[in-house]
Amino acid sequence: MSNSIGQKPALRRFHQASWDEPVIFELSQPGQRGILVPAVEDEIRNEVGDVAATLPEHMRRKTPPRLPEMSQIHVLRHYARLSQENLGVDLNIDVGQGTCTMKYSPKVNDQLARSPKLTELHPLQDESTAQGILEVMYRLEQLLKEISGMDRFTLQPGAGSAAIYTNVAMIRAYHASRGEAGRRDEVITTIFSHPSNAACAKTAGYKIITLYPDDDGYPDLNALKAAVSDRTAALLITNPEDTGIFNPKIEEFVKVVHAAGGLCSYDQANANGVLGITRARDVGFDLCHFNLHKTFSTPHGCGGPAAGASGVTHALAPFLPKPTVEFDGQKYYLDDNRPESIGKIRPFYGVAQNLLKAYAWIMSLGAEGLREVAEIAVLNNNYLMKKVLEIRGASAPYARGKRRIEQVRYSWEQLSNDTGVHSEEIGHRVADFGTHYWLSHHPYVVPEPMTLEPTESYSKADLDEYAAILKHIAEEAYADPEIVKSAPHNSTVHHIHHEPFDDPQEWAVTWRAYQRKLSDQSG
Amino acid sequence: MSHQPSVYPYIPNSAPSVKAEMLAAVGAASVDELYADVPDRLRLKRRLNLPRPFLSESELVRHVEGLLAKNTTAREHLNFLGAGCWQHHVPAVCDEINSRGEFLTAYAGEPYEDHGRFQALFEYESMMGELLNMDVVNVPTYDGFQAAATALRMAARITRRTHVLLVSTISADKLSKIRDYLKPDITVELVPYDRNFGLIDIGVLKAKVSDTTAAVYFENPSYLGFVETRADEIAAIAHQCGALCVVGVDPISLGILNPPIEYGADIVCGDIQPLGMHMLFGGGHAGFIATRDEEKFVMEFPSRLFGVAPTVVEGEYGFGDVAYERTSFAHREEGKEWVGTAAALWGITAGVYLALMGPQGMIEIGEGIMQRARYAMKKIAQIEGVKVLFEQSPHFKEFVVNFDGTGKTVADINRALLARHIFGGKDLSGEFPELGQSALYCVTEVHTQADIDRLVSGLREVVK
Repeated sequence: MSNSIGQKPALRRFHQASWDEPVIFELSQPGQRGILVPAVEDEIRNEVGDVAATLPEHMRRKTPPRLPEMSQIHVLRHYARLSQENLGVDLNIDVGQGTCTMKYSPKVNDQLARSPKLTELHPLQDESTAQGILEVMYRLEQLLKEISGMDRFTLQPGAGSAAIYTNVAMIRAYHASRGEAGRRDEVITTIFSHPSNAACAKTAGYKIITLYPDDDGYPDLNALKAAVSDRTAALLITNPEDTGIFNPKIEEFVKVVHAAGGLCSYDQANANGVLGITRARDVGFDLCHFNLHKTFSTPHGCGGPAAGASGVTHALAPFLPKPTVEFDGQKYYLDDNRPESIGKIRPFYGVAQNLLKAYAWIMSLGAEGLREVAEIAVLNNNYLMKKVLEIRGASAPYARGKRRIEQVRYSWEQLSNDTGVHSEEIGHRVADFGTHYWLSHHPYVVPEPMTLEPTESYSKADLDEYAAILKHIAEEAYADPEIVKSAPHNSTVHHIHHEPFDDPQEWAVTWRAYQRKLSDQSG
Repeated sequence: MSHQPSVYPYIPNSAPSVKAEMLAAVGAASVDELYADVPDRLRLKRRLNLPRPFLSESELVRHVEGLLAKNTTAREHLNFLGAGCWQHHVPAVCDEINSRGEFLTAYAGEPYEDHGRFQALFEYESMMGELLNMDVVNVPTYDGFQAAATALRMAARITRRTHVLLVSTISADKLSKIRDYLKPDITVELVPYDRNFGLIDIGVLKAKVSDTTAAVYFENPSYLGFVETRADEIAAIAHQCGALCVVGVDPISLGILNPPIEYGADIVCGDIQPLGMHMLFGGGHAGFIATRDEEKFVMEFPSRLFGVAPTVVEGEYGFGDVAYERTSFAHREEGKEWVGTAAALWGITAGVYLALMGPQGMIEIGEGIMQRARYAMKKIAQIEGVKVLFEQSPHFKEFVVNFDGTGKTVADINRALLARHIFGGKDLSGEFPELGQSALYCVTEVHTQADIDRLVSGLREVVK
């Protein structure tokens, strides 16, 4: 047959959208309007006169803001083009953003959250008119209590780090309530826990002690024993850590800290692989938190709005942010009468639309479904690990031969030594095949790191494709490293000069700053 | 009825044949083997005790819509609540853009494969920069409370001082957040306000500032709605003793109100919910912080700052993180406070809003809101027994209504208004007991004259 289309190559011939789009100010056409605002009625105008004249001179804006002037379709088209130059989970095999739990966010949940029955609710309207959303929040708390074993939750934190901070603030209040505020001034965390555990505790006034892994990749129990004292306020720890290795001695960690009078807070950013398998409370934790945008599927939104949920035991419950959502058997209500509360973490009660989405997601799966999420996430991860470890130059440091939970921190150290290609450059090359790649949080304890987290959302064929991309790039690195080092080739833009970002004379966080610095240079 | 389908639509590899094939590939007899490191005593030996799921999408929709149907919205009723969450019109294009899966389901990609997100957020920073007349604006933090709390911590680091003075007309909730956030090493003191105009008491402020003062913080418009008209004097007093002037501002007012930098602000902060976000029962918040482009300010931001730079191709814009080394991503507890997922999509949305509105839109909306609010104040003040407090000060969109002369409580009045399908203003009697039975009312561009007249006649009836 002469008109045969033929076979596709083994790897996708991807090229990302590249609209070469100007910065929005360059699209401005004087006199254009993107939207009109409602005119004020004549009667109001006549009644109130010139309101601007009631402002003192120094309080009145003199020159209009230099915003772009654009017709509506041009605004829409500009942002639609920018959106095409972005890779969401909807488009790519998003296993490359390890620790982020990139999973499918069901469209039906987005649709439900876009209902005017939620979008048009004011947080201060009478509780009798907000019974639906209050019931959703109450029910979500009950679900999270059962999933974690904890006694109470707050849904107020805006994201994971805000939830960590909330937990630290409650820890601080707990010790203060026992007259130990000044003495317990140290927080212990681990290097493979999210940096916000250290950073939030420091912001809350604590001295930070960081545990490093032992030879097997577990946080060092002996180091913990040496670190605890009557100055220990808390241990903030993830399990499995970002290596994907489950710490089998976690109960002993908790006991050591408790024996010293400290509290234990479980960062459950990596909960996806243990839903229905093991619970924070059963290990002995006093506090925990979930990232609802990770484990519970509310979308990540380019980096929020997200939602965090902090869980506590009865002993810590008095310190929860206020208000809490309560049910008296007939109606749902907000309880502000909490004298020991740490107060407010954010305005009002939480990111309501994401609380609704998390609730809907859990209710679409149930107990068996959540366990299936965990098991398939773990199966996918171990499957991908097997494929990646077959690639020349790749390794998975620590705990050799052991299974991992939901993610793996790999190392390209061997490949880098052999070829001079760095992990970051592999990441740029991965973009050429239409997907993401992430190295690791700093510091790079694992050299030339790569962190992959294939959640339950990806098929075997997806994982095979991602592994084939990595294998192809590794082969390129050995055969023709320049291809990798000069990547990306098929992305929206080409190699970016990074020097200006760290030079106060050159950096530009706004278009006006860029133009000013440019004219300073040329002038 | 089984709670376990043969395959879950969200979990492709839950199909039994695929699962078996993959288990074989990893050399495991069962999934259980993959959990070998989880000690037996920590294993949950039972099924989670969760309600029966709604396995089909159809059942789920019915269930969730059933719950949401119990809400009555600020569109079904006439709403005059504000107090930190405001009912403004949300242009359809804002919803269109933030609903696009490319943005909605993306996260933390690099400047190559997520160029669009970097450019959109750089443009957001840039348009906010024009609105504020400032050169540095962050990728949004969680909300306006966090922005204020961080702005004050930044001021303390910049000045190396440990005391801040706050205007006492701040909301109790925001004050709660700030007190908690500054607790470890910064003391917070409130400056009283003038009972006639609402303005900060300049005499007391002068007496309280000292060489330990890191910042003087006030808001324009204030939480109680009036414009803090002596803003230039406040800034000068702060500067005279080496303190910074930190101003919280409602960005939708800046087509008509002067950007705070013009009267001396050093750090400006606030919430962008008015710029294209629905109220969402409090889910539409995102915070901004803005400064001049000076290294000592820039290096104190905890947030990400996206900047523009050349690429190897002439005329091509590249984007990336400015001064990344200051962040907790780079240096954990040695970074400035912390950075993490916050509210980026709302930043993109606010950019869309500002581009749609343009300079003329921002001027018209600012002026129109001010006119409607003044009209409502005038009409309400004519009701017997009802007073508008601080009436002589200019106001933007909110104002305080006092009901002491009616013998009724705000709770009574709001209950009666609710029966007339009106959400009355926020009850301030707990927050500002010195103002008696007062409520904070909010009027925006969504309110017509007929809406305001309906409120006024409703109030007339219920205060009788």
